[in-house]
Amino acid sequence: MSETKKPAGYYLRERFMPHLWCAGCGHGTVLNGLVRSVDELGLKKREIVMVSGIGCSARMAGYLDFHTLHTLHGRALAFATGVKLSRPELKIICPLGDGDALAIGGNHFIHAARRNIDITVLILNNRIYGMTGGQYSPLSGCGIDATTAPYSSIDEAFDAVRLATASGATFVARTTTFHVHQMQQILTQAIQHKGFSVVEVLSQCPTHFGRKNGGLEAVDMLKGYQQNTAPVGSKKLENSPDLIPVGVFVDEERAEYCDRYQGVIDRAQGGAAARTAPVGQGGAAAQGGAP
Amino acid sequence: MSNATAGSPASGTTPASGPATTGTTPASGPATTGTTGRTLCVPGNEACAEGALYAGVGFFAGYPITPSSEIAEIMSRRLPERGNRFIQMEDEISSLCAIVGASLTGSKVMTATSGPGFSLMQEALGYGIMAEIPLVIVDVMRGGPSTGMPTQGSQGDVNQVRWGTHGDHSIIALTASTNQTLFETTVRAFNLAETYRTPVVVLYDEMLGHLRERLSIPEPGELPLVERLRTGVPEGVDYHPYLIRDDGRLPMSDFGGVHRYNVTGLYHDMWGFPSTDPHTVDDLAHHIYDKIELRADELAQAQEFYMEDAEIVFISYGSPARTAHQVVHQARMNGQRLGLLELQTIWPFPARMVRDACRKARATIVVEMNMGQMYYHIRNAVENPRSVFLSNRVDGRFITPKDLRRVLRIVEGQGE
Repeated sequence: MSETKKPAGYYLRERFMPHLWCAGCGHGTVLNGLVRSVDELGLKKREIVMVSGIGCSARMAGYLDFHTLHTLHGRALAFATGVKLSRPELKIICPLGDGDALAIGGNHFIHAARRNIDITVLILNNRIYGMTGGQYSPLSGCGIDATTAPYSSIDEAFDAVRLATASGATFVARTTTFHVHQMQQILTQAIQHKGFSVVEVLSQCPTHFGRKNGGLEAVDMLKGYQQNTAPVGSKKLENSPDLIPVGVFVDEERAEYCDRYQGVIDRAQGGAAARTAPVGQGGAAAQGGAP
Repeated sequence: MSNATAGSPASGTTPASGPATTGTTPASGPATTGTTGRTLCVPGNEACAEGALYAGVGFFAGYPITPSSEIAEIMSRRLPERGNRFIQMEDEISSLCAIVGASLTGSKVMTATSGPGFSLMQEALGYGIMAEIPLVIVDVMRGGPSTGMPTQGSQGDVNQVRWGTHGDHSIIALTASTNQTLFETTVRAFNLAETYRTPVVVLYDEMLGHLRERLSIPEPGELPLVERLRTGVPEGVDYHPYLIRDDGRLPMSDFGGVHRYNVTGLYHDMWGFPSTDPHTVDDLAHHIYDKIELRADELAQAQEFYMEDAEIVFISYGSPARTAHQVVHQARMNGQRLGLLELQTIWPFPARMVRDACRKARATIVVEMNMGQMYYHIRNAVENPRSVFLSNRVDGRFITPKDLRRVLRIVEGQGE
């Protein structure tokens, strides 16, 4: 990873330390990448609102010296939508867990993606409910041992990338805590992207996932990320389609929700003539719209 | 806040007498221009929405549900006209979450729903209480439980408002029986939410929500408005979002402003950081409870009609209070000494006000559209619980003067 312009500690709340993540947990690596991306982009701390749900991932918000909103399990994107729509100039970053984002929060996830509201979502996917003691999640997949799957799980997993894409997210990527340079690069792109951006980060949980599934240690799991992944569009992936594709899957421009809403305000304030203007030009109208 | 408003039958705020029925006036769309100073003939839901706009609501998130949907419809039209924002969310859970987020950026915020949606909001309501977020929830009550009777009124959510969310907490809930008082109640709800940094529920029945009657919108400045108390702590100085001032208030700082702090639904210290320290937890548990419960007398608001020498007292709220008023008024013409205490603050329960009102009465008759949700609290509050009777209906129909007179005859020992 690159050197930060400001010391990394500038972005942290030392008052909150030590953090509660276990030894070997991948979430700290994601926090590291995120801090470097924010630093690289030169964003001011007061411009960023971190909105998280409940779980190991959610504690990331408190450790960072931004405006931080630690909400309810699964509901971070609903709170974030309220923050963003009422103050569109703020940057919103939501670190979510796999269960947080796609089980209890699945409905909010697909609807936020559908609206293409300018929020960056990090799905810290460790394929397990860590904080509650190792129950299987909607991203565990079949054949995983968990405290609620003592005979191994029979539930198919979501593919977070395909779900986000189908729901309308305009930036979708996957990376891992092994690929730290790629992760930082992708996080930078995601934060810069105007619209709903989703970054799935495979992040190891040796304490609950590893221990129950072959006694994997953090290093084993990181090696797994190295060996079992291939860049999207690569020859390697073509030859071994069972590998997990990583990289940027979707990066497209589409009218963003708050811009479209500015179009609603313009039509509401502009009287009958503006109301008959074709819908869908809200984004364009917003560029020069009144505050 | 004033205590019981000394009411007289001639006062301008007296409810219209007689059981009002839903009007047959043809519906007209909500006004699209500024309405202050105008007199309208509108349904209760519109009176509530007008009150919110008068109070300065700047953000609304909601999900369609009968019988409250008109409020969202009005907001979707009126807020963008003022440069403010409306969003239709994917459910009621996210609606309440979204307004919490918007409140933290400095807006006055609101959502509106009915029983089933209000049930879905309970977890986020607890969050709003714990994180001390100013917000207003409107619950237009329909028959329950479950889907119940979506198009018929009830007052079945009275206790859900108080105890729906888990854990020890307190809440402010206000109600009204006429469009004019509903407008004023909604303004008051925003004022209390901002004053005490807490969710406030405006609770009324479907009958009032769809009752079309006169509404005079006050001129700007006619009703006092409470604006958000923001911190004066300058940039670079440690700001404590959850440090209680001597007057009990907690000045806020908007997200996006110079102070960055943590907001959580966990027990937290004065910085908003999670804490399990027993003293910190104990202090916060008492703070969120006491800031409302210890002000019960101050927050209690009611209207009194013929109470000075009343031998039999009706206690009611919402639409049933209109029926009780008619019965009391007509009884007075016949020389019967009946009185009415119409509650406008439901929670915190105005125990002292109820006890004082019933002290001299021979009997108290509680009139409500539920199985006695307020009746039991009133029994607990008065000196002689055996003198308290219930006159109720739970069939989705208005309580009629005939219903009340039948109970009155039984109470007076005259049989059915």
